[in-house]
Amino acid sequence: MGNPWIAFLLVPLVKIIVILLVVILMAAYLSYFERKILAYMQIRIGPNRVGPRGWLQPIADALKLFVKEDIVPSRAEKLVYMIAPALITAPALVVFSVIPFGADTTFFGLLKQPMPPYLTDINIGILFVLGVSSVGVYGVILGGWSSNNKFSLMGGMRSAAQLVSYEVPMGFSVVAVLLMAGSLSMVKIVEAQKQAGVWFVFPGIVAFFIYIVCGVAETNRNPFDLPEAESELVAGFHTEYSGMKWAFYFLAEYANMVLISSVATVLFLGGWLRPFPNAAALAFLDVIPPFIWFAAKVGFFLFCYIWFRGTFPRYRFDQLMALGWKVLLPVSLANLLVVGLGVLLMGGPK
Amino acid sequence: MNWFIVHFAQIVFYVLAACTVAGAIGVIGFRNPVNAALSLLGTFLSVAGLFVLMHAEFLAAVQILVYAGGIMVLFLFVIMLVRVRTIPEEPQYLRSLAPAAVGVGGLLAVLVGVGLWAAARTPIANPAALHQVQGISLGNTEAVGWNLYRDYLLPFEVVSIVLLVAMIGAIVMGRKEAGKEGGA
Repeated sequence: MGNPWIAFLLVPLVKIIVILLVVILMAAYLSYFERKILAYMQIRIGPNRVGPRGWLQPIADALKLFVKEDIVPSRAEKLVYMIAPALITAPALVVFSVIPFGADTTFFGLLKQPMPPYLTDINIGILFVLGVSSVGVYGVILGGWSSNNKFSLMGGMRSAAQLVSYEVPMGFSVVAVLLMAGSLSMVKIVEAQKQAGVWFVFPGIVAFFIYIVCGVAETNRNPFDLPEAESELVAGFHTEYSGMKWAFYFLAEYANMVLISSVATVLFLGGWLRPFPNAAALAFLDVIPPFIWFAAKVGFFLFCYIWFRGTFPRYRFDQLMALGWKVLLPVSLANLLVVGLGVLLMGGPK
Repeated sequence: MNWFIVHFAQIVFYVLAACTVAGAIGVIGFRNPVNAALSLLGTFLSVAGLFVLMHAEFLAAVQILVYAGGIMVLFLFVIMLVRVRTIPEEPQYLRSLAPAAVGVGGLLAVLVGVGLWAAARTPIANPAALHQVQGISLGNTEAVGWNLYRDYLLPFEVVSIVLLVAMIGAIVMGRKEAGKEGGA
């Protein structure tokens, strides 16, 4: 690497483009799998016309959204209405810069020296994730407000209250993991699980469940999809949005699902590690490359998301608030005390 | 090109500083409260960027998490509840604008003067202290933790009690009168 420009500019640029493409394609194909899985759950067939078994359906949908007429309500706040979809999409994509997808790798011998497949590892990784994704709520609130539509406004307000409420127990469940790992860096959290020899989901089972529930609420998915509850609010905060602006909301929602799944994988399921990473009896599992482990775990969470949607009825808003503040918050605080005590008795993090 | 690389941090600093000030002006300049709130959001994010320039990454993340992600969302929530569209559009002028401008301008000049005078007398604050624990560079998170939970533990706890008192006070004042239906 004689030329520093290659190391400092070209390599990150290539990584950024690959990560962006993968996330956007995942979001698009997640919609396909959602429709297919829901269809099979309801003994239907699902999309099967575009391409073999309907595989090209997301591409057709994207093309349709590209050429669709973009309608702006005449009494909308034009500027805010325009930037709101970007305000939710940009954070959802930016956060993927610190997600560790795998251990250092030579990409099957392609490179001379191992290189991390993720973009960067910063020492406040998980805080960065929480902070940047908390900015995404502006897209929902401002989109709802600027549409000048009472249903949009209701959706935006619900979303604001819901996201702020569920961020608190989610933060506490993440702190439980931090106590065990002793670091905020995403890579170090994975490495701590390798040292401990066990995924944090086992000692942190309560935190894991709280994180999953809050994660579903943070992405506005069933059964917490009140901001876009179609039976009462038409389509909630994006009622007035059409064409590419609507597509951005769609992209952000699915990218956020991938994000929550990835963070859950890193924090609780050992990231790219195989099950029981120190057990020699399971060494044959090392045949599977780390990246595949990561993808499989993320896929599991994404399947659960769709499974929830096919299973649970929607909460009422007061039930949602009661669950967040009266159940999840006290439980996560108590869990924090228990985990802290446990870490202290075990000799603390390294 | 080399000049650009050498001065990169300074360029970023001036861009962020300009954004911070522009956002602050926007807060008081915009007539629409939502636009003002968004300006304040821009200021918060720029300040977070300035923290990053000082290698205070933890402060930057917390700044975004607490101010941008929490407090400003609640601000917007309240603003949207009070139906800002009904605010009259015609301009309103302060009668005592000129004396106020002179007074505030004078105050600003004094503050800037004192700041420059102090900066000239004392050495520049040591940015390395932002990520050092007892002289060892560990990272900003650790440095903040050591300061808060060791050196300044008592003030930290006192502040948290003050905040708790303020919160309870707000809840008490926000309650409808006891005895009426739906008192909570």
